[in-house]
Amino acid sequence: MLAKDHAMRSDTRRRWGLALPAVIIITLFSILPLVVVIAYSFLTPGDFGGVKWMLSFDGWFSVLFERDIFDDTVSLSSAHMTILGRSVALSLATTLITLILGVPTAWFIATRPAGQRAFWLFLITIPFWTNLLVRTIAVQEMIRADGVFNRILLGLGVIDAPIQIMFTNFAVLMGMAYVFLPLMVLPVYSAIEKFDFRLAEAGYDLYASRFYCLRKVILPMVRPGIIAGSILVFVPALGAYVTPRIMGGGKSMMLGNLIEMQFGQGRNWPLGAALALTLTALVLVALIWYTRLTAGGPRRG
Amino acid sequence: MVDRAFDIRRLPGAATLAITCFVILYVPMIILVANSFNTGRVIGEWEGLSLRWYAAALQNEAFLNAAATSLILATMAAAVATVTATMAALATTRSRGFKGEGAIHLILNQPIMVPEIVLAIALLIILAQVKQITGYTGLGYLIIAHSAFCIPFAYMPIRARLEGMDLTLETAAADLYASRFYAFRKVTLPILAPGILAGFMLAFVISLDDVVISDFLKSPGQDTLPTYLLGELKRNLTSEIYAISSLLLLISVLIVAGSWLVTRKKI
Amino acid sequence: MKTSLALTTALVAASALPALAEGTLNIYNFGLYTPPDLITKFEKAYDVKVTLTEYDSNETALAKIEAGGSGFDIVVPSASVVPTYIEKGLLMQSEPNQMENFKNVNPTWVDVSWDAGRHYTVPYVWGTTGVMVNKDIYAGDINTSDIFLNPPEELKGKINIIPAMNDVIDMAIYSVGGEACTTDKTVLKAARDKLVAAKPYWASIDYASFEKFINEDLQASVFWSGASMRIREQNSGFTYGFPKEGFLKWQDNVAILADAPNVDNAKLFLNFIMDPENAAMISTYTGYPNGIVGSEAFMTPDLLAAPEMTIPAEFEAAAHFQKTCSPEVQELYARIWTDLTK
Repeated sequence: MLAKDHAMRSDTRRRWGLALPAVIIITLFSILPLVVVIAYSFLTPGDFGGVKWMLSFDGWFSVLFERDIFDDTVSLSSAHMTILGRSVALSLATTLITLILGVPTAWFIATRPAGQRAFWLFLITIPFWTNLLVRTIAVQEMIRADGVFNRILLGLGVIDAPIQIMFTNFAVLMGMAYVFLPLMVLPVYSAIEKFDFRLAEAGYDLYASRFYCLRKVILPMVRPGIIAGSILVFVPALGAYVTPRIMGGGKSMMLGNLIEMQFGQGRNWPLGAALALTLTALVLVALIWYTRLTAGGPRRG
Repeated sequence: MVDRAFDIRRLPGAATLAITCFVILYVPMIILVANSFNTGRVIGEWEGLSLRWYAAALQNEAFLNAAATSLILATMAAAVATVTATMAALATTRSRGFKGEGAIHLILNQPIMVPEIVLAIALLIILAQVKQITGYTGLGYLIIAHSAFCIPFAYMPIRARLEGMDLTLETAAADLYASRFYAFRKVTLPILAPGILAGFMLAFVISLDDVVISDFLKSPGQDTLPTYLLGELKRNLTSEIYAISSLLLLISVLIVAGSWLVTRKKI
Repeated sequence: MKTSLALTTALVAASALPALAEGTLNIYNFGLYTPPDLITKFEKAYDVKVTLTEYDSNETALAKIEAGGSGFDIVVPSASVVPTYIEKGLLMQSEPNQMENFKNVNPTWVDVSWDAGRHYTVPYVWGTTGVMVNKDIYAGDINTSDIFLNPPEELKGKINIIPAMNDVIDMAIYSVGGEACTTDKTVLKAARDKLVAAKPYWASIDYASFEKFINEDLQASVFWSGASMRIREQNSGFTYGFPKEGFLKWQDNVAILADAPNVDNAKLFLNFIMDPENAAMISTYTGYPNGIVGSEAFMTPDLLAAPEMTIPAEFEAAAHFQKTCSPEVQELYARIWTDLTK
């Protein structure tokens, strides 16, 4: 008994020792900084950036509310609500667009003959592994006033003057959908790939209705992939910074840009910290929803 | 039944949407690359084919510095992430559960759960203090910061490979040679190698992809390719930007192709 | 094997990286504001490796430097923020007035309110913030802030606003008859309302690259005089306007940071840019007049005659030197700005 106990303890010690370097790096460079952000969110902003070490809840208060500049009445902060609402709405819309395009694509790849599949996957992997900034620059070229879209439309005589697409919510949405599309395809593909198609065929033979088969056999099998893909798209979209900055032209801010602003021109670090934690909380909610959903998945299948 | 000749694999419209998807993904990138061969300085005015902007980029000292920084940073960060992630994967797999296993898991996946911009400002706040105290402003901060958010990505494929591994070989080796380390080096490591390589490459790409954290943390002269590109984008919109973007795209293609070849050979 | 090879390569490469020892100078300056040929000349003259990092606004620079450990030697704050820098102890008292080339500094720029006698800073260039319009698109009067606050039909949807919070809000306040940095909330409210009402007509609030104007993606902007000149040189339609309701005059200053790692090189640089020939290089590149006597001799007649370089006598009264707002007012500015950029 004792010997076994000892062996177990030494095994635990050995395992912790092995994991320690990774644990230390992440603790020091990812967890500890977050703790500091929590602390900063409860401090008083310094006059020109930075903080004063005085307890204050103003940072958190300003996330949702504002005191009118002119008559001191408290109301919901319209600016922050707009940005928050835009961030959530655009991220959901991005997820939806990538679903509509990504799921059929994943299906298409998974149903190619084994030899061809590698080629199509390769085509998805390249944009997946290409720098996000580079891909944003590529979309920008398509939709700017002098860009490809406007040239084609002008050439066809559909429009007389270039349409202003850049610097709108729509531009941000297009940029994000483009950038995050591969993130949807890959997990959906791996879910479909695992599936035995004979099962579906058998189901089809039995039930006769194509729709019924789709709903009862195919959907449950793609579901985990769709959920994983949605979370993989939604989470980075919510925290996007680079794409909205370039496509939104400073007029269609998202949460990421609002946070950054507090550490630059806004000079309100505690508010920036509180906003950053709000964003983190939103992401965590999405992740918890995801684990719930995946945990509940097989029961229904 | 056979005469119905139904193939479940053919969903109506799926192929059309899939092809649309590939067109959408590739047309902007192809146009980007095409623009990089434009003789003209200003984007959108085609003045003939040339390699002028590639030549300009390769003579541009700021670009070359950024490229060197990116390469060193991504290699070092991926190396640190891969080594530590391999150790962590060895610790967390093939166990019957040990004290703190859940905690280790949570910690190892924590960087994925935090939005990049949040991590960037968090590191900015804390490293500003550290830089002041130590006086050291070298590339080390970026390397460790990148390692931290690359660890989860390196960890995933290594762990997956370890879990799929056959234990008997290692046990047999351990029985024969007695030295645990020797057994690890001669038996486990070679089998694990494709997983480690995949982890390294994923970490490398993740590091190379980062704009926000590098941009917030860089000290003077530490521009990486993406932060340099971001700065240039604010200043100019010239064909040279497209040439640099195309080079970055080429790097991705090479890495993807490389990793395909590697995984093919091993399996 | 491959991993260890890559690791070795990286280690070797890392050790070969230029160390941040002597022989370097780290400059932190506004974007597109440092002439590359000036840097090359300085590097050759003193065998120093210069790194250049650029920022968007005084606020961004101040925030980064105040955070600490920035590693920069040289910063270029505007006159309006120099007192803040000094008060916070961020600048080194490098006594430029004792330097060899200080004799070249125009006396008007020596006893300035923000650094009387020049103990901390050296004048870089001065200029104005006004409006820039493509005259080919809109032929009406452009010497008015209505260009962006009440835009003519031709320009709607084609206007850019530079994300220089203080410049934009100051100009809006002057347009409603107030004073910059005012604590009068009715004035601030009027300015905010005017800005918010005009926002739908703006295309972007951005550091639009020059090419976007040259290509005529954008046709007008709140802009700096020198930047406007550099665009006019490539697209003659663009003209700079001095809003009669009020526009801003400012002066930027070169200073050494208190925690600069390369003080000697930084001092060499300060002295270097007070040389008339070098100051002329700065003006030629940026399109702004400098404060160094004798530099005109090294400038082209075209540059000296440029309409952006001199404030016309009729608008002299509308030029306001940019002020530093109190932290309370600054917070109100930030909130107005968030309302605009939301």
